[in-house]
Amino acid sequence: MFLYDARKGGVRGIRQKAGQSLIKLKNAGFTYGGRDILSEMNLHLQAGSFHFLTGPSGSGKTTFLNLCYQALMPTTGTVQIFEQDVRVMTRDDIAKMRRRIGVVHQNCQFLDHLSVRDNLMLPLVVSGRKDEIEQSSLGDLLSWVGLTDRSNALPPELSGGERQRAALARAVIMSPDLILADEPTGNVDWEMGQRLMALLVELNKMGKTILVATHDLNLIRKVKSELSARTLRISNTKLQLPGANL
Amino acid sequence: MEVGHFILGTLSGDRNADRVVPPTGFTARLTTLTAAAMAFLTVFALALSLATGRLAANWNAELAGTSTIRISAPEGQMAAQSEAVLEVLRTTPGIASARVMSEAEQRKLLEPWFGPDLPFDTLPVPRLIEVLEKGRGPNSAGLKLRLSAEAPGAVLDDHTRWRRPLVDAAMRLRILGAVSILLMVGSTAAMITLAAQSALAANGQVIEVLRLIGARDVYIVRAFVRRFTLRVLFGACVGTTLAMIWVFFMPDAAEEGAFLTGLGFQGWHWILPVLIPPLAAFLAFWATRWAAFYTLLRLS
Repeated sequence: MFLYDARKGGVRGIRQKAGQSLIKLKNAGFTYGGRDILSEMNLHLQAGSFHFLTGPSGSGKTTFLNLCYQALMPTTGTVQIFEQDVRVMTRDDIAKMRRRIGVVHQNCQFLDHLSVRDNLMLPLVVSGRKDEIEQSSLGDLLSWVGLTDRSNALPPELSGGERQRAALARAVIMSPDLILADEPTGNVDWEMGQRLMALLVELNKMGKTILVATHDLNLIRKVKSELSARTLRISNTKLQLPGANL
Repeated sequence: MEVGHFILGTLSGDRNADRVVPPTGFTARLTTLTAAAMAFLTVFALALSLATGRLAANWNAELAGTSTIRISAPEGQMAAQSEAVLEVLRTTPGIASARVMSEAEQRKLLEPWFGPDLPFDTLPVPRLIEVLEKGRGPNSAGLKLRLSAEAPGAVLDDHTRWRRPLVDAAMRLRILGAVSILLMVGSTAAMITLAAQSALAANGQVIEVLRLIGARDVYIVRAFVRRFTLRVLFGACVGTTLAMIWVFFMPDAAEEGAFLTGLGFQGWHWILPVLIPPLAAFLAFWATRWAAFYTLLRLS
Protein backbone atom coordinates (compact mmCIF):
# COMPACT_ATOMS: atom_id res chain seq x y z
CA MET A 1 0.00 0.00 0.00
CA PHE A 2 1.49 3.25 -1.06
CA LEU A 3 0.51 6.82 -0.69
CA TYR A 4 3.29 8.24 -2.71
CA ASP A 5 4.49 6.24 -5.67
CA ALA A 6 8.02 7.32 -6.43
CA ARG A 7 8.05 5.48 -9.74
CA LYS A 8 4.84 6.96 -11.05
CA GLY A 9 5.00 10.21 -9.21
CA GLY A 10 1.55 10.09 -7.73
CA VAL A 11 -0.74 8.69 -5.11
CA ARG A 12 -1.18 4.97 -5.09
CA GLY A 13 -3.91 2.94 -3.49
CA ILE A 14 -3.93 0.23 -0.84
CA ARG A 15 -2.00 -2.86 -1.77
CA GLN A 16 -1.67 -4.46 1.63
CA LYS A 17 -3.48 -7.53 2.70
CA ALA A 18 -6.15 -6.63 5.22
CA GLY A 19 -5.62 -8.08 8.65
CA GLN A 20 -1.91 -8.65 8.15
CA SER A 21 0.13 -7.91 11.28
CA LEU A 22 2.96 -5.48 10.65
CA ILE A 23 4.21 -5.45 14.23
CA LYS A 24 3.88 -8.30 16.68
CA LEU A 25 4.97 -8.07 20.28
CA LYS A 26 4.86 -11.17 22.43
CA ASN A 27 5.66 -10.65 26.12
CA ALA A 28 8.17 -8.06 24.99
CA GLY A 29 9.91 -5.99 27.59
CA PHE A 30 12.73 -3.54 27.88
CA THR A 31 14.96 -3.06 30.89
CA TYR A 32 17.45 -0.25 31.30
CA GLY A 33 19.81 0.23 34.23
CA GLY A 34 18.14 -2.58 36.12
CA ARG A 35 14.74 -0.90 35.85
CA ASP A 36 11.82 -2.23 33.81
CA ILE A 37 10.78 0.43 31.31
CA LEU A 38 8.34 -1.84 29.52
CA SER A 39 7.19 -5.36 30.38
CA GLU A 40 4.86 -8.06 29.12
CA MET A 41 3.86 -6.14 26.03
CA ASN A 42 1.55 -8.01 23.68
CA LEU A 43 0.27 -6.46 20.49
CA HIS A 44 -0.59 -7.26 16.91
CA LEU A 45 -0.55 -4.07 14.88
CA GLN A 46 -2.71 -4.75 11.86
CA ALA A 47 -2.29 -3.29 8.43
CA GLY A 48 -4.41 -0.25 7.70
CA SER A 49 -5.12 0.51 11.33
CA PHE A 50 -4.76 3.82 13.16
CA HIS A 51 -3.55 3.65 16.74
CA PHE A 52 -2.80 6.21 19.37
CA LEU A 53 -0.33 5.41 22.09
CA THR A 54 -0.86 7.38 25.26
CA GLY A 55 0.49 7.46 28.75
CA PRO A 56 2.04 9.90 31.17
CA SER A 57 5.42 11.44 30.47
CA GLY A 58 8.19 8.95 31.06
CA SER A 59 5.83 6.00 30.76
CA GLY A 60 7.83 4.49 27.89
CA LYS A 61 5.96 5.64 24.76
CA THR A 62 9.14 6.55 22.90
CA THR A 63 10.80 3.32 24.01
CA PHE A 64 7.81 1.41 22.68
CA LEU A 65 8.10 3.13 19.30
CA ASN A 66 11.83 2.46 19.26
CA LEU A 67 11.11 -1.23 19.69
CA CYS A 68 8.81 -1.03 16.69
CA TYR A 69 11.58 -0.06 14.28
CA GLN A 70 14.48 -1.81 16.01
CA ALA A 71 16.10 1.31 17.33
CA LEU A 72 16.07 -0.71 20.55
CA MET A 73 16.18 -4.45 21.06
CA PRO A 74 13.73 -6.03 23.51
CA THR A 75 15.43 -7.44 26.59
CA THR A 76 12.66 -9.99 27.07
CA GLY A 77 10.06 -11.56 24.80
CA THR A 78 9.95 -11.21 21.05
CA VAL A 79 9.26 -8.46 18.58
CA GLN A 80 8.44 -9.23 14.98
CA ILE A 81 8.48 -6.53 12.34
CA PHE A 82 6.99 -7.50 9.00
CA GLU A 83 6.93 -11.06 10.32
CA GLN A 84 10.66 -11.10 10.93
CA ASP A 85 12.08 -11.57 14.42
CA VAL A 86 14.26 -8.56 15.23
CA ARG A 87 16.77 -10.75 17.04
CA VAL A 88 17.79 -12.55 13.87
CA MET A 89 17.93 -9.46 11.67
CA THR A 90 21.29 -8.47 10.26
CA ARG A 91 22.29 -4.82 10.09
CA ASP A 92 21.39 -4.80 6.41
CA ASP A 93 18.02 -6.38 7.19
CA ILE A 94 17.36 -3.60 9.67
CA ALA A 95 18.24 -0.95 7.10
CA LYS A 96 15.92 -2.52 4.54
CA MET A 97 13.15 -2.88 7.12
CA ARG A 98 13.43 0.81 8.00
CA ARG A 99 12.82 1.73 4.39
CA ARG A 100 9.34 0.31 4.91
CA ILE A 101 8.72 2.37 8.04
CA GLY A 102 8.38 6.14 8.12
CA VAL A 103 9.35 7.66 11.45
CA VAL A 104 8.45 11.17 12.62
CA HIS A 105 10.02 12.29 15.86
CA GLN A 106 9.03 15.15 18.10
CA ASN A 107 12.49 16.62 17.58
CA CYS A 108 12.97 15.49 14.05
CA GLN A 109 16.50 15.63 12.76
CA PHE A 110 17.70 16.55 9.30
CA LEU A 111 20.99 17.00 7.55
CA ASP A 112 21.34 20.68 8.23
CA HIS A 113 23.67 21.35 5.30
CA LEU A 114 21.14 20.07 2.75
CA SER A 115 18.01 21.86 1.58
CA VAL A 116 14.52 20.69 2.50
CA ARG A 117 14.15 19.25 -1.00
CA ASP A 118 17.40 17.27 -0.68
CA ASN A 119 16.45 16.07 2.79
CA LEU A 120 13.14 14.81 1.48
CA MET A 121 14.96 12.94 -1.28
CA LEU A 122 17.43 11.30 1.13
CA PRO A 123 15.49 8.05 1.68
CA LEU A 124 15.40 7.56 -2.08
CA VAL A 125 19.08 8.47 -2.40
CA VAL A 126 20.30 6.01 0.22
CA SER A 127 18.21 3.22 -1.25
CA GLY A 128 19.54 3.89 -4.75
CA ARG A 129 16.15 4.97 -6.12
CA LYS A 130 16.80 8.64 -6.61
CA ASP A 131 16.37 8.47 -10.36
CA GLU A 132 12.92 6.98 -9.98
CA ILE A 133 11.28 10.15 -8.78
CA GLU A 134 10.31 13.00 -11.05
CA GLN A 135 10.72 16.58 -9.95
CA SER A 136 7.01 17.19 -10.50
CA SER A 137 6.21 14.37 -8.08
CA LEU A 138 8.51 15.86 -5.50
CA GLY A 139 6.70 19.16 -6.05
CA ASP A 140 3.38 17.41 -5.39
CA LEU A 141 4.73 16.03 -2.13
CA LEU A 142 6.01 19.42 -1.05
CA SER A 143 2.67 20.91 -1.93
CA TRP A 144 0.86 18.20 0.05
CA VAL A 145 2.70 19.20 3.23
CA GLY A 146 2.54 22.91 2.37
CA LEU A 147 6.27 23.44 1.93
CA THR A 148 6.48 24.34 -1.75
CA ASP A 149 7.93 27.77 -1.07
CA ARG A 150 10.37 26.38 1.52
CA SER A 151 11.89 23.66 -0.64
CA ASN A 152 15.26 25.38 -0.97
CA ALA A 153 15.47 26.45 2.67
CA LEU A 154 17.90 24.79 5.05
CA PRO A 155 16.37 22.86 7.99
CA PRO A 156 17.62 25.33 10.64
CA GLU A 157 15.60 28.01 8.84
CA LEU A 158 12.31 26.12 9.30
CA SER A 159 9.78 26.70 12.06
CA GLY A 160 8.73 23.85 14.36
CA GLY A 161 5.62 23.11 12.35
CA GLU A 162 7.48 23.23 9.06
CA ARG A 163 10.05 20.79 10.42
CA GLN A 164 7.31 18.38 11.48
CA ARG A 165 5.69 18.56 8.05
CA ALA A 166 9.04 18.10 6.35
CA ALA A 167 9.69 15.07 8.54
CA LEU A 168 6.30 13.67 7.58
CA ALA A 169 7.03 14.20 3.89
CA ARG A 170 10.39 12.48 4.29
CA ALA A 171 8.69 9.64 6.14
CA VAL A 172 6.23 8.94 3.31
CA ILE A 173 8.42 9.48 0.25
CA MET A 174 9.45 5.83 0.21
CA SER A 175 5.80 4.72 0.34
CA PRO A 176 6.30 2.98 3.68
CA ASP A 177 3.87 0.40 5.01
CA LEU A 178 3.89 1.83 8.50
CA ILE A 179 4.24 5.34 9.92
CA LEU A 180 5.38 5.83 13.50
CA ALA A 181 4.98 9.31 14.91
CA ASP A 182 6.35 10.28 18.31
CA GLU A 183 4.58 13.35 19.70
CA PRO A 184 4.33 14.89 16.24
CA THR A 185 2.35 17.81 17.60
CA GLY A 186 4.49 18.33 20.66
CA ASN A 187 6.38 21.34 19.35
CA VAL A 188 3.61 23.06 17.40
CA ASP A 189 0.55 25.11 18.22
CA TRP A 190 -2.98 23.71 18.23
CA GLU A 191 -3.75 24.78 14.68
CA MET A 192 -0.57 23.25 13.27
CA GLY A 193 -1.15 20.15 15.36
CA GLN A 194 -4.56 19.73 13.79
CA ARG A 195 -3.07 20.19 10.35
CA LEU A 196 -0.48 17.51 10.98
CA MET A 197 -3.06 15.12 12.33
CA ALA A 198 -5.20 15.80 9.27
CA LEU A 199 -2.27 14.68 7.12
CA LEU A 200 -1.88 11.50 9.17
CA VAL A 201 -5.61 10.82 8.89
CA GLU A 202 -5.39 11.33 5.15
CA LEU A 203 -2.53 8.85 5.00
CA ASN A 204 -4.53 6.31 6.97
CA LYS A 205 -7.53 6.74 4.71
CA MET A 206 -5.21 5.85 1.84
CA GLY A 207 -4.32 2.66 3.61
CA LYS A 208 -1.28 3.51 5.67
CA THR A 209 -0.88 1.96 9.07
CA ILE A 210 -0.36 4.69 11.63
CA LEU A 211 0.85 4.59 15.22
CA VAL A 212 0.99 7.95 16.96
CA ALA A 213 2.40 8.44 20.44
CA THR A 214 0.77 11.48 22.06
CA HIS A 215 -0.58 12.72 25.34
CA ASP A 216 -2.87 15.27 23.66
CA LEU A 217 -6.33 13.86 24.41
CA ASN A 218 -8.10 16.61 22.50
CA LEU A 219 -6.32 15.59 19.32
CA ILE A 220 -7.20 11.96 19.95
CA ARG A 221 -10.85 12.85 20.39
CA LYS A 222 -10.85 14.90 17.21
CA VAL A 223 -9.29 12.13 15.13
CA LYS A 224 -11.58 9.52 16.61
CA SER A 225 -14.53 11.56 15.44
CA GLU A 226 -13.27 11.16 11.89
CA LEU A 227 -12.19 7.56 11.77
CA SER A 228 -12.00 4.37 13.75
CA ALA A 229 -8.82 4.87 15.71
CA ARG A 230 -7.77 2.73 18.66
CA THR A 231 -6.05 3.94 21.76
CA LEU A 232 -3.30 2.06 23.55
CA ARG A 233 -2.16 3.18 26.95
CA ILE A 234 1.05 2.46 28.76
CA SER A 235 0.70 2.36 32.48
CA ASN A 236 3.08 0.90 35.04
CA THR A 237 5.31 -0.47 32.27
CA LYS A 238 2.43 -2.44 30.76
CA LEU A 239 0.32 -1.93 27.69
CA GLN A 240 -3.41 -1.55 28.26
CA LEU A 241 -5.79 -2.00 25.39
CA PRO A 242 -9.06 -0.37 26.44
CA GLY A 243 -11.71 -1.52 24.06
CA ALA A 244 -9.19 -2.19 21.36
CA ASN A 245 -10.15 -4.35 18.50
CA LEU A 246 -6.71 -5.65 17.67
CA MET B 1 33.80 -10.13 -4.22
CA GLU B 2 31.87 -7.82 -1.94
CA VAL B 3 35.08 -5.99 -1.03
CA GLY B 4 35.90 -5.58 -4.71
CA HIS B 5 32.44 -4.17 -5.32
CA PHE B 6 32.92 -1.85 -2.35
CA ILE B 7 36.28 -0.59 -3.68
CA LEU B 8 34.89 -0.02 -7.17
CA GLY B 9 31.80 1.65 -5.79
CA THR B 10 33.91 3.88 -3.59
CA LEU B 11 36.36 4.91 -6.28
CA SER B 12 33.75 5.39 -8.98
CA GLY B 13 32.09 7.86 -6.65
CA ASP B 14 28.57 8.85 -5.76
CA ARG B 15 27.95 12.56 -5.69
CA ASN B 16 24.88 12.09 -3.53
CA ALA B 17 26.75 9.92 -1.04
CA ASP B 18 29.49 12.54 -0.87
CA ARG B 19 26.96 15.23 -0.11
CA VAL B 20 25.41 13.51 2.89
CA VAL B 21 28.55 14.19 4.90
CA PRO B 22 28.85 17.90 5.63
CA PRO B 23 32.04 19.57 4.46
CA THR B 24 34.67 19.74 7.19
CA GLY B 25 37.28 22.20 6.01
CA PHE B 26 39.69 22.04 8.93
CA THR B 27 39.80 18.25 9.19
CA ALA B 28 40.14 17.98 5.44
CA ARG B 29 43.07 20.38 5.31
CA LEU B 30 44.73 18.68 8.28
CA THR B 31 44.43 15.22 6.73
CA THR B 32 45.75 16.44 3.40
CA LEU B 33 48.61 18.30 5.04
CA THR B 34 49.61 15.29 7.16
CA ALA B 35 49.47 12.98 4.16
CA ALA B 36 51.66 15.39 2.20
CA ALA B 37 54.19 15.63 5.05
CA MET B 38 54.29 11.85 5.50
CA ALA B 39 54.76 11.28 1.77
CA PHE B 40 57.51 13.90 1.68
CA LEU B 41 59.36 12.20 4.56
CA THR B 42 58.79 8.74 3.09
CA VAL B 43 60.46 9.80 -0.16
CA PHE B 44 63.52 10.92 1.80
CA ALA B 45 63.59 7.76 3.89
CA LEU B 46 63.35 5.74 0.68
CA ALA B 47 66.14 7.76 -0.89
CA LEU B 48 68.29 7.27 2.20
CA SER B 49 67.65 3.57 2.25
CA LEU B 50 68.45 3.13 -1.44
CA ALA B 51 71.51 5.40 -1.30
CA THR B 52 73.02 3.56 1.65
CA GLY B 53 72.35 0.26 -0.11
CA ARG B 54 74.23 1.51 -3.15
CA LEU B 55 76.99 2.87 -0.96
CA ALA B 56 77.44 -0.45 0.83
CA ALA B 57 77.55 -2.30 -2.48
CA ASN B 58 80.06 0.18 -3.94
CA TRP B 59 82.36 0.12 -0.94
CA ASN B 60 82.22 -3.63 -0.88
CA ALA B 61 82.99 -3.95 -4.57
CA GLU B 62 85.71 -1.28 -4.63
CA LEU B 63 87.56 -2.47 -1.56
CA ALA B 64 87.08 -6.18 -2.09
CA GLY B 65 89.28 -6.43 -5.20
CA THR B 66 92.19 -4.40 -3.89
CA SER B 67 94.72 -4.38 -1.10
CA THR B 68 97.55 -2.12 -0.05
CA ILE B 69 101.10 -2.84 1.09
CA ARG B 70 102.63 -0.21 3.32
CA ILE B 71 106.45 -0.07 3.55
CA SER B 72 108.02 1.69 6.52
CA ALA B 73 111.80 1.58 6.16
CA PRO B 74 114.79 3.85 6.52
CA GLU B 75 115.33 6.14 3.53
CA GLY B 76 118.26 4.09 2.24
CA GLN B 77 116.29 0.80 2.26
CA MET B 78 112.99 2.05 0.84
CA ALA B 79 113.78 1.41 -2.81
CA ALA B 80 115.26 -2.03 -2.15
CA GLN B 81 112.32 -3.13 -0.02
CA SER B 82 109.86 -1.79 -2.59
CA GLU B 83 111.54 -3.77 -5.31
CA ALA B 84 111.54 -6.87 -3.11
CA VAL B 85 107.84 -6.50 -2.43
CA LEU B 86 107.07 -6.09 -6.15
CA GLU B 87 109.06 -9.19 -6.88
CA VAL B 88 107.15 -11.17 -4.27
CA LEU B 89 103.88 -9.94 -5.72
CA ARG B 90 104.87 -10.86 -9.26
CA THR B 91 105.27 -14.46 -8.20
CA THR B 92 102.18 -14.64 -6.02
CA PRO B 93 99.06 -16.29 -7.50
CA GLY B 94 95.89 -14.17 -7.40
CA ILE B 95 97.62 -10.84 -8.07
CA ALA B 96 96.62 -9.07 -11.29
CA SER B 97 98.98 -6.12 -10.95
CA ALA B 98 100.90 -4.09 -8.43
CA ARG B 99 102.41 -0.62 -8.59
CA VAL B 100 104.10 1.84 -6.29
CA MET B 101 101.92 4.87 -5.74
CA SER B 102 103.53 8.12 -6.81
CA GLU B 103 104.32 10.90 -4.38
CA ALA B 104 101.56 13.03 -5.94
CA GLU B 105 98.99 10.29 -5.36
CA GLN B 106 100.05 9.88 -1.74
CA ARG B 107 99.97 13.64 -1.25
CA LYS B 108 96.41 13.66 -2.55
CA LEU B 109 95.45 10.90 -0.16
CA LEU B 110 96.86 12.76 2.84
CA GLU B 111 95.64 16.19 1.80
CA PRO B 112 92.19 15.92 3.47
CA TRP B 113 93.88 15.19 6.80
CA PHE B 114 97.03 17.38 6.78
CA GLY B 115 96.22 20.11 4.27
CA PRO B 116 97.83 20.97 0.93
CA ASP B 117 101.25 22.12 2.17
CA LEU B 118 102.46 18.90 3.70
CA PRO B 119 106.31 18.81 3.88
CA PHE B 120 106.50 15.44 2.26
CA ASP B 121 110.30 15.37 2.00
CA THR B 122 110.92 15.83 5.70
CA LEU B 123 108.27 13.44 7.00
CA PRO B 124 108.79 9.68 7.30
CA VAL B 125 105.79 8.90 5.15
CA PRO B 126 105.57 5.19 4.35
CA ARG B 127 105.47 4.10 0.73
CA LEU B 128 102.28 2.54 -0.55
CA ILE B 129 101.94 -0.21 -3.12
CA GLU B 130 98.47 -0.64 -4.65
CA VAL B 131 97.65 -4.25 -5.41
CA LEU B 132 94.84 -5.29 -7.76
CA GLU B 133 93.66 -8.81 -7.20
CA LYS B 134 92.20 -11.31 -9.60
CA GLY B 135 90.05 -14.36 -9.10
CA ARG B 136 89.73 -15.16 -5.43
CA GLY B 137 92.79 -13.07 -4.62
CA PRO B 138 96.00 -14.17 -2.93
CA ASN B 139 96.36 -16.24 0.22
CA SER B 140 96.71 -13.38 2.72
CA ALA B 141 98.42 -15.42 5.44
CA GLY B 142 100.98 -16.87 3.01
CA LEU B 143 101.65 -13.50 1.42
CA LYS B 144 102.22 -11.88 4.82
CA LEU B 145 104.77 -14.56 5.71
CA ARG B 146 106.65 -14.09 2.44
CA LEU B 147 106.63 -10.31 2.80
CA SER B 148 108.00 -10.46 6.35
CA ALA B 149 110.82 -12.62 5.08
CA GLU B 150 111.69 -10.58 1.96
CA ALA B 151 110.82 -7.06 3.14
CA PRO B 152 110.60 -6.70 6.95
CA GLY B 153 109.17 -3.18 6.71
CA ALA B 154 106.19 -4.22 4.54
CA VAL B 155 102.71 -4.62 5.98
CA LEU B 156 99.81 -6.05 4.00
CA ASP B 157 96.42 -4.37 4.41
CA ASP B 158 93.70 -6.35 2.63
CA HIS B 159 91.05 -3.70 3.60
CA THR B 160 89.04 -6.21 5.60
CA ARG B 161 89.14 -4.10 8.75
CA TRP B 162 87.96 -1.04 6.77
CA ARG B 163 85.45 -2.77 4.61
CA ARG B 164 83.46 -4.58 7.26
CA PRO B 165 82.56 -1.63 9.52
CA LEU B 166 81.83 0.58 6.52
CA VAL B 167 79.50 -1.97 4.98
CA ASP B 168 77.96 -2.66 8.39
CA ALA B 169 77.37 1.06 8.92
CA ALA B 170 75.81 1.42 5.48
CA MET B 171 73.54 -1.57 6.05
CA ARG B 172 72.45 -0.20 9.40
CA LEU B 173 71.60 3.10 7.75
CA ARG B 174 69.61 1.19 5.20
CA ILE B 175 67.69 -0.62 7.94
CA LEU B 176 67.12 2.73 9.63
CA GLY B 177 65.61 4.02 6.39
CA ALA B 178 63.37 0.97 6.08
CA VAL B 179 62.25 1.23 9.72
CA SER B 180 61.54 4.93 9.18
CA ILE B 181 59.32 4.06 6.23
CA LEU B 182 57.47 1.47 8.29
CA LEU B 183 57.01 3.95 11.14
CA MET B 184 55.67 6.55 8.73
CA VAL B 185 53.25 4.02 7.24
CA GLY B 186 52.08 3.12 10.75
CA SER B 187 51.78 6.76 11.78
CA THR B 188 49.86 7.59 8.63
CA ALA B 189 47.45 4.71 9.22
CA ALA B 190 46.97 5.78 12.85
CA MET B 191 46.44 9.40 11.84
CA ILE B 192 43.86 8.48 9.20
CA THR B 193 42.06 6.15 11.61
CA LEU B 194 41.87 8.85 14.28
CA ALA B 195 40.75 11.47 11.78
CA ALA B 196 38.06 9.15 10.40
CA GLN B 197 36.83 8.26 13.88
CA SER B 198 36.78 11.91 14.80
CA ALA B 199 34.82 12.76 11.64
CA LEU B 200 32.33 9.97 12.34
CA ALA B 201 31.90 11.03 15.94
CA ALA B 202 31.41 14.66 14.89
CA ASN B 203 28.73 13.56 12.42
CA GLY B 204 26.66 11.56 14.89
CA GLN B 205 23.48 13.37 13.83
CA VAL B 206 24.14 12.62 10.17
CA ILE B 207 24.62 8.94 10.94
CA GLU B 208 21.47 8.86 13.08
CA VAL B 209 19.39 10.42 10.32
CA LEU B 210 20.84 8.11 7.68
CA ARG B 211 20.11 5.06 9.79
CA LEU B 212 16.59 6.25 10.50
CA ILE B 213 15.80 6.43 6.80
CA GLY B 214 17.27 3.03 6.03
CA ALA B 215 20.86 3.67 4.94
CA ARG B 216 22.99 0.56 5.06
CA ASP B 217 26.32 0.70 6.91
CA VAL B 218 28.17 0.29 3.65
CA TYR B 219 26.53 3.44 2.28
CA ILE B 220 27.52 5.51 5.31
CA VAL B 221 31.04 4.05 5.33
CA ARG B 222 31.49 4.69 1.62
CA ALA B 223 30.72 8.37 2.03
CA PHE B 224 33.52 8.74 4.59
CA VAL B 225 35.99 6.33 2.97
CA ARG B 226 35.88 8.04 -0.41
CA ARG B 227 36.41 11.44 1.12
CA PHE B 228 39.42 10.38 3.21
CA THR B 229 40.96 8.30 0.43
CA LEU B 230 40.84 11.20 -2.00
CA ARG B 231 42.20 13.64 0.57
CA VAL B 232 45.15 11.37 1.36
CA LEU B 233 45.78 10.66 -2.32
CA PHE B 234 45.89 14.36 -3.09
CA GLY B 235 48.14 15.15 -0.11
CA ALA B 236 50.49 12.26 -0.90
CA CYS B 237 50.74 13.38 -4.55
CA VAL B 238 51.73 16.88 -3.49
CA GLY B 239 54.22 15.66 -0.85
CA THR B 240 55.80 13.09 -3.17
CA THR B 241 56.13 15.54 -6.05
CA LEU B 242 57.80 18.16 -3.87
CA ALA B 243 60.19 15.61 -2.36
CA MET B 244 61.10 14.17 -5.76
CA ILE B 245 61.87 17.64 -7.11
CA TRP B 246 64.00 18.29 -4.03
CA VAL B 247 65.88 15.00 -4.42
CA PHE B 248 66.36 15.62 -8.13
CA PHE B 249 68.07 18.94 -7.50
CA MET B 250 70.33 17.69 -4.71
CA PRO B 251 74.08 17.97 -5.52
CA ASP B 252 75.56 14.99 -7.34
CA ALA B 253 77.78 12.61 -5.38
CA ALA B 254 80.45 12.71 -8.06
CA GLU B 255 80.79 16.47 -7.74
CA GLU B 256 81.13 16.74 -4.02
CA GLY B 257 82.48 13.34 -3.15
CA ALA B 258 80.73 13.31 0.16
CA PHE B 259 78.38 10.65 1.45
CA LEU B 260 75.20 12.62 2.03
CA THR B 261 75.23 14.29 -1.35
CA GLY B 262 74.79 10.84 -2.87
CA LEU B 263 71.22 10.77 -1.50
CA GLY B 264 68.86 10.22 -4.38
CA PHE B 265 67.44 7.79 -6.88
CA GLN B 266 69.14 6.19 -9.83
CA GLY B 267 67.61 4.47 -12.85
CA TRP B 268 64.47 2.49 -12.19
CA HIS B 269 64.55 3.54 -8.53
CA TRP B 270 62.75 6.71 -9.64
CA ILE B 271 59.64 4.56 -10.08
CA LEU B 272 59.53 3.69 -6.36
CA PRO B 273 58.51 7.13 -5.01
CA VAL B 274 55.80 7.32 -7.67
CA LEU B 275 54.17 4.34 -5.96
CA ILE B 276 53.84 6.23 -2.66
CA PRO B 277 50.58 8.14 -3.46
CA PRO B 278 48.60 5.07 -4.59
CA LEU B 279 49.94 3.10 -1.64
CA ALA B 280 48.96 5.93 0.71
CA ALA B 281 45.48 5.99 -0.82
CA PHE B 282 45.22 2.22 -0.40
CA LEU B 283 46.27 2.60 3.23
CA ALA B 284 43.74 5.40 3.74
CA PHE B 285 41.01 3.30 2.15
CA TRP B 286 41.47 0.37 4.53
CA ALA B 287 42.19 2.45 7.63
CA THR B 288 39.07 4.58 7.10
CA ARG B 289 36.95 1.57 6.23
CA TRP B 290 38.01 -0.25 9.38
CA ALA B 291 37.56 2.87 11.53
CA ALA B 292 34.14 3.61 10.04
CA PHE B 293 32.74 0.10 10.48
CA TYR B 294 34.21 -0.09 13.98
CA THR B 295 32.70 3.27 14.93
CA LEU B 296 29.29 2.38 13.49
CA LEU B 297 29.23 -0.86 15.44
CA ARG B 298 30.26 1.00 18.58
CA LEU B 299 27.59 3.66 18.08
CA SER B 300 24.79 1.11 17.66
